[in-house]
Amino acid sequence: MSDNNIKRESILATANNLRWEVGENLHDTLMESIYENATTISNKTVVFPDKKPAFSFDRTMDRILTSKYLGFPIMFLILGVVFWLTITGANIPSGLISSLLVDTLHPALKNLTDSFMPWWLSGVLIDGAYLSMAWVISVMLPPMAIFFPLYTLLEDFGYLPRVAFNMDPLYNKVGAHGKQALTMAMGFGCNAAGVIATRVIDSPRERLIAIITNNFSLCNGRWPTQILIATIFIGGVAPAYVAGLVSAAAVVFIAILGIALSLIVSWGLSKTVLKGEASAFSLELPPYRPPRVLKTLYTSLIDRTIFVLWRAIVFAVPAGIVIWLVANITIEGVSIANYFINWVNPFAFILGLNGVILLAYIIAIPANEIVIPTVLMLTVANLGLMHIGAGSGVMFQLDSVGDTASILHAGGWTLLTGINLMLFSLLHNPCSTTIYTIYKETRSVKWSVISTLLPIAMGFAVTFFVTQVWRLIIN
Amino acid sequence: MSNVDLNNCANCPVHNLGNLKKLGINMSNFDFVVALAGNPNTGKSTVFNYLTGLRQHTGNWPGKTVTRAEGGFEYSEKKFKLVDLPGTYSLLSTSTDEEVARDFILFGQPDVTVIVVDATRVERNLNLALQILEITDRVVICLNLIDEATRNGIKINERTLAKELGVPVIPTAARQGEGMDELLKSVFDVASGNYVCKPHRLKSNSLELNAAIDRLSGEIALEFPGLPNNRWVALRLLEGDQSIIDAIRTGELGNLKKEFVIEPASAETELER
Repeated sequence: MSDNNIKRESILATANNLRWEVGENLHDTLMESIYENATTISNKTVVFPDKKPAFSFDRTMDRILTSKYLGFPIMFLILGVVFWLTITGANIPSGLISSLLVDTLHPALKNLTDSFMPWWLSGVLIDGAYLSMAWVISVMLPPMAIFFPLYTLLEDFGYLPRVAFNMDPLYNKVGAHGKQALTMAMGFGCNAAGVIATRVIDSPRERLIAIITNNFSLCNGRWPTQILIATIFIGGVAPAYVAGLVSAAAVVFIAILGIALSLIVSWGLSKTVLKGEASAFSLELPPYRPPRVLKTLYTSLIDRTIFVLWRAIVFAVPAGIVIWLVANITIEGVSIANYFINWVNPFAFILGLNGVILLAYIIAIPANEIVIPTVLMLTVANLGLMHIGAGSGVMFQLDSVGDTASILHAGGWTLLTGINLMLFSLLHNPCSTTIYTIYKETRSVKWSVISTLLPIAMGFAVTFFVTQVWRLIIN
Repeated sequence: MSNVDLNNCANCPVHNLGNLKKLGINMSNFDFVVALAGNPNTGKSTVFNYLTGLRQHTGNWPGKTVTRAEGGFEYSEKKFKLVDLPGTYSLLSTSTDEEVARDFILFGQPDVTVIVVDATRVERNLNLALQILEITDRVVICLNLIDEATRNGIKINERTLAKELGVPVIPTAARQGEGMDELLKSVFDVASGNYVCKPHRLKSNSLELNAAIDRLSGEIALEFPGLPNNRWVALRLLEGDQSIIDAIRTGELGNLKKEFVIEPASAETELER
């Protein structure tokens, strides 16, 4: 034992001895004196109104929003309205942006670069990197620009703690911490942020449960996928006048399914590998505050929309290059992408997905945001839809959701594929940022691996089950 | 009253507040470190954003900030580094967010700690404020959400409060930017030593306790020279605080201070969103 260690231990020994002298109620005595002092000072300085106001806005709101019967229906209704506004509002601007970036700018750039670059270089840069970026912007910007401000307004108003309050008894029942409802709400924005937010949970056991299940909150990167696929495949089979409502309901359903699964998995974990009692805590319901609409619009646009969009672009550019390469590097006349797609297709078929989707999810591990663009580029490349694009791995003219639909239908997609993609988008590995964050927070390879593989396993199981049942019923 | 200085207004630092320079994440060569502490959901992040010009995400719910966010501002030709700590109700328990806040106030040795107090819940917020006043002398109370308190008919005599606590108390409504000028002036005065705080100290310490603290803090001072708040550390040891015991055993206690001072300042805002 070194000299330093001896000195340190002697400090601790002194403390141990002295502890007996000062009595064992030291902590309680201290806390009591703190509370007493606080009360005394407060009594001297704060004057409360003589009469409580007859009508308290906050209380009335809370009585409705957290009521036993109305709490959940109102929550679903609010979510539904938000998605409906997003879905109906995003279509037209999406078309405008894509006609500008894809239809007009892309051929122009292609012509320009073709004049002085070798074909493969202009292919990688323009057909790969530029097009995937253009596609990310046109697919993601409009829904995000509508969804995030609405979500931020709700947050600013003070609705999120009410959601947590409603959810708390459920989490308690499954042996998890009530604050997990808050970290789950945070996960709706970004799972990596949600994982960090679990620091508010004291018990390591409950914190681990919250970390593992955070991925079941649909994040920023996955909302656009859900919204787009729901619009095409779910809204597509409904009569036109209710299509928006039906698609919104489908997205709400997936979000609720995610919450339900987080409860079920929490329950499973707390009954098996992470056994223990749920600890009590107090949740303070903050007062409702009138949202500052303009400021919210501004910050949600800068903080969330541009932030997420930028992240998507950063990941889309290299992904676009990878896609172009796997679609254009051929072995004996067949592209690498095709090899892989054909190889996994039988497996994907059992899950009601297809090889393109699985390959897209591998390419999109860094960021969920680019799944849809990747799926589309790969579909076109795989089918060799020359009449739409200018060559393999090239994006094509898409000026509305309808065109996206026609590509996907041409790729052999059905309603079942759409449903399964929505399910798989909910249930698959977290993005690489989140995985890294989980490792940083838990410092455990084991739990990071479990958090990564558990959702994929569940995704395979759920899509398999849905597909088999579907095929039994439909055929 | 004949010799009233007609330039009073122009010379008053509050007037010069137009000179508040928001430095964002540029915190090089700062003169003072200011910590922002307080209960959850009292508007710490709003104050932080106002002073730094950063857009640390604010949300109307408790527990939003779990890491430290850092930013800078310049006032009266001095550069300040501002550290937004996680909101906590106390510094005596063991969750990670409370540890982040406590360790920074204890070992980071901020020049000023601004305690953001919710004006509609003064009594409960004082519990944390009193604990912080035990650790550090240099405190400014930011009595935030004063507009909500007024709306609810709550009246606070902030001068009495300041006298009781022995530190400046500034009523603010950070969302509207009200009172921020006065807050800055107070922070500057306390940081530069123009205003000397006489912080409220808990009065229940028994003779035995004082003797025990004296003896223990002496030993700690020998082993960890230069550590601020020996007496607080001693008190925590007497209480058997496991994380402080561990910090002593591993010698980490001595390193904490260094780490907080040297660690490159970066706003960890990205993941907050």
